[in-house]
Amino acid sequence: MLSDTSLREIQHELSKYPADRRQSALMAALRIAQDEHGWLSEPLIEYVAGVIRVPPVRAYEVASFYSMYELKPVGRNKICVCTNISCMLRGSDEVVEHLNKRLGIGLGETTADGKVTLKEVECLAACAGAPMMQVNRDYFENLTPQSIDEILDSLS
Amino acid sequence: MATIEVDGKTLEVEAGEMLIKATDKAGIYIPRFCYHDKLSVAANCRMCLVEVEKAPKPLPACATPIMDGMKVFTKSKLAREAQKGTMEFLLINHPLDCPVCDQGGECPLQDQALGYGKDESRFLERKRVVASHDIGPLVATEMTRCIHCTRCVRYGEEVAGIMEMGAPGRGEYTQIGTFLNQSVDSEVSGNMIDLCPVGALTSKPYRFAARSWELQSHASISPHDCVGTNINVQTLRDQVERVLPIENTEVNDCWIADRDRYSYEAVNSDQRLTVPMIRDGNPENDGGWREVNWESALKYAAAGLLTVIESSSGNHVGGLASASSTLEEFHLFQKLLQAMGSSNIDHRLQQLDFRDDSTASRFPISQLPIADFSNLDAGLLIGSNIRKEQPLLSLRLREATLKNQAQINVIGVMDYEMNFDLAQNIVSNPASLVNEIALLAVEVSKLKENDVPEQIALLASPNEQYNDTQHLAAISNIANQLCSKEQTMVTLGAIAQQHKDASVIRFIAQWICDITDARMVILPPANSVAGWVANCTPGEAGKNTVDMLAAKLKAYVLLGCEPELDHIDGQSAMNAMLAADFVLQISAFKSSNVMKYADVILPMAAFTEAAGTYVNCEGRVQKSSVAAPPKEESRPAWKILRVLGNFMEFSGFDQITLDDVTSEVSFENLSSPKGKTQENSDTTIHYHHTRGLQRISDTPMYRAEATLRNAKALQKTADNPPPAAGLNAKMMEKYGFSDSDLTLVVTTNGEGNTVLPIRLDNRVPNDCVYISAGHLETAPLGADTSVSLEKA
Repeated sequence: MLSDTSLREIQHELSKYPADRRQSALMAALRIAQDEHGWLSEPLIEYVAGVIRVPPVRAYEVASFYSMYELKPVGRNKICVCTNISCMLRGSDEVVEHLNKRLGIGLGETTADGKVTLKEVECLAACAGAPMMQVNRDYFENLTPQSIDEILDSLS
Repeated sequence: MATIEVDGKTLEVEAGEMLIKATDKAGIYIPRFCYHDKLSVAANCRMCLVEVEKAPKPLPACATPIMDGMKVFTKSKLAREAQKGTMEFLLINHPLDCPVCDQGGECPLQDQALGYGKDESRFLERKRVVASHDIGPLVATEMTRCIHCTRCVRYGEEVAGIMEMGAPGRGEYTQIGTFLNQSVDSEVSGNMIDLCPVGALTSKPYRFAARSWELQSHASISPHDCVGTNINVQTLRDQVERVLPIENTEVNDCWIADRDRYSYEAVNSDQRLTVPMIRDGNPENDGGWREVNWESALKYAAAGLLTVIESSSGNHVGGLASASSTLEEFHLFQKLLQAMGSSNIDHRLQQLDFRDDSTASRFPISQLPIADFSNLDAGLLIGSNIRKEQPLLSLRLREATLKNQAQINVIGVMDYEMNFDLAQNIVSNPASLVNEIALLAVEVSKLKENDVPEQIALLASPNEQYNDTQHLAAISNIANQLCSKEQTMVTLGAIAQQHKDASVIRFIAQWICDITDARMVILPPANSVAGWVANCTPGEAGKNTVDMLAAKLKAYVLLGCEPELDHIDGQSAMNAMLAADFVLQISAFKSSNVMKYADVILPMAAFTEAAGTYVNCEGRVQKSSVAAPPKEESRPAWKILRVLGNFMEFSGFDQITLDDVTSEVSFENLSSPKGKTQENSDTTIHYHHTRGLQRISDTPMYRAEATLRNAKALQKTADNPPPAAGLNAKMMEKYGFSDSDLTLVVTTNGEGNTVLPIRLDNRVPNDCVYISAGHLETAPLGADTSVSLEKA
């Protein structure tokens, strides 16, 4: 279910912890699995649980607790807009509105071509650059409609 | 020790212990939901907040360690406000549907809401609603009521050893449940119901059956295993409605197995026998059977048996008793058979090898008190699926592995899934089991510098199959543990006791125990120890169960058993019964098979309807009580046996009360020192495997006796799979089978055959096939140990 590279990465994570504390590598292992598949399906969570040797429900608890684990399929790109207080005061409502208009989707939805998923998230600790959003692995701060258009155009 | 003050009262308590433990001991009440004495501390319900001097805010008593000089206030304004605040939040999402909730009346949330809640909710918003899923036939769910105390989650993870429930999601979105809404399959799952402090997890068979305050409690003993679990049988208007545990730290702690909890369903089932029946051969009646009154039935039974005795002799009568009979039943049963002039008396329906009857210690009694299972340092399980055979002992072994890092090892024939970690797990096969144990004895003798008896050395001749060093290293590792650790045991499980060479296994195991000071533990089915105490075993010239069936006696008396299912060799049992001139069955349940061969069927009271004495594997004598009157015409078996004695005009059957019967039994041999295995034991190997596949067989936990077979909900659980021929993946490939193909199973002696579906079962070793006993479908295979499979 996972490539050799991913399994090797998980083994590397496991090697960081004592042999009787394998559960410590669970979060990293779920991240590695998500990186490979884009999201964590239930069979994939069960598979990762098997690799870490924890009960499947334990892995599912962790996967469902953190919002960065995706339990449903997402688009090729993931846009996470912060709508917490600092960003809101600095105009995150307009950012969301612009994104909705440009992409034709609401928060929590994916474009029909599977290119972009739009997520609303809590504070990402970049208040100094509010309003902000995270696109895949990168932060984009001090957003304006123009800069958002540029970012969207650059997505593949 | 530390001195603390709680509500102005000075207490001497253990320093470092959690505050709530100390207050509980001192009888000071602190409200709580998530805290439970047997579980880890979660401190997530916040109900036990108390005021501690110098602490800036209230602290949870369950997670506050005691320090010397601590001043605690459990009822101060600060504490009360905190407790009331917590209660208000807990009730925000609770549906408050107490009138339709089974937990109503015995609900900690309901009780504490009375003490700490407001009379009106300030929460006007919409409540959270959680969908419930079917998690199996035993536990009903109503998850909207859940307050996320996580007791069920911790119980599964910590006590039961199988984490089936979890708490996925976060905050408002947390929902307790199973992964992918799978069923909860643990054999001790029912304890979650007792742990749940609200009505989220309730008993499915008990659903809407009664309100807790209407029920009457009866302290009793569970008859299903050799633990002697203390149970509370609760009745409503003389009908058993449910069974709960009674805490006994020396026996079952506060847990019971699902088998103890749900077997009562059989008592109320429509499969109960309620009227005496005789078969007088009148073709106008249904199969020649008709219902009669007790007097006619007993007369008919007495006459039938006396005819056999007069025409031949008493030795042509055989008596087979169920292992779950009570001590008094065993006693009167053997007394009746003796009076008939027969010494063919036995209760060991799950045994094939009786060679050591005269030499070995006669008692299958555990040398290790049950409570000490939790204190072991090392142990060896031989041929035991202890988790399903004796679920509560398995919980104790788990406790020992967690608490003492106990090294528990297995030498067995199937890779059974245990609920604790194993140090060594040797999956052998039935033909090599004796060899493995003999090898262990040799390793032990090397470490103890003690010569191993030649008989054992001969059995340990290295088998080429086991020449690999890894295997020998595992065996020598087990030997090392048994020799070096303090508290150790060697346990013989059901598979070891059913083995064709069980006496040889007992002999070697006893030798190992003698040399290493390990405690010898034999875990017999149900109330077997009482069977031994009451001498319900063959006399000098008597026949054991196997010989009784092989001899095709003229008459049989069956107490509580259906030999075609309860005896390990179902085929011989059925043949012997069909060939007999006269069969008397005393049973609580109807059986269409018994109707084929019996001549008289007498309805006996179920285990909840008759008092009796149970002796558990450590020799503890406990009495059960009557929870409800016998159903309709049925009567306690001891009374039936006594009156039958009267009808046959035997003397010594004048007991009036149960105590009169009990007092006739000598408990002397319970306290007397146990005999040691003698050197000159017969150690010939009877198990020979030459061709075909070795058949591995055990009796699934809910097929072991008529009561369990008639318990509806238990029959629907994962522990009761339909009969099949189990092969591992490699064998499936070798023989070209795929899952659920039909196969014709033929015993190599050609005597028995049956058609079964193939099931992939990777617990089965190579060149073996797993076919369970306790099913009519597998009974035709008898006790034969080698079979061949053909595509059907």
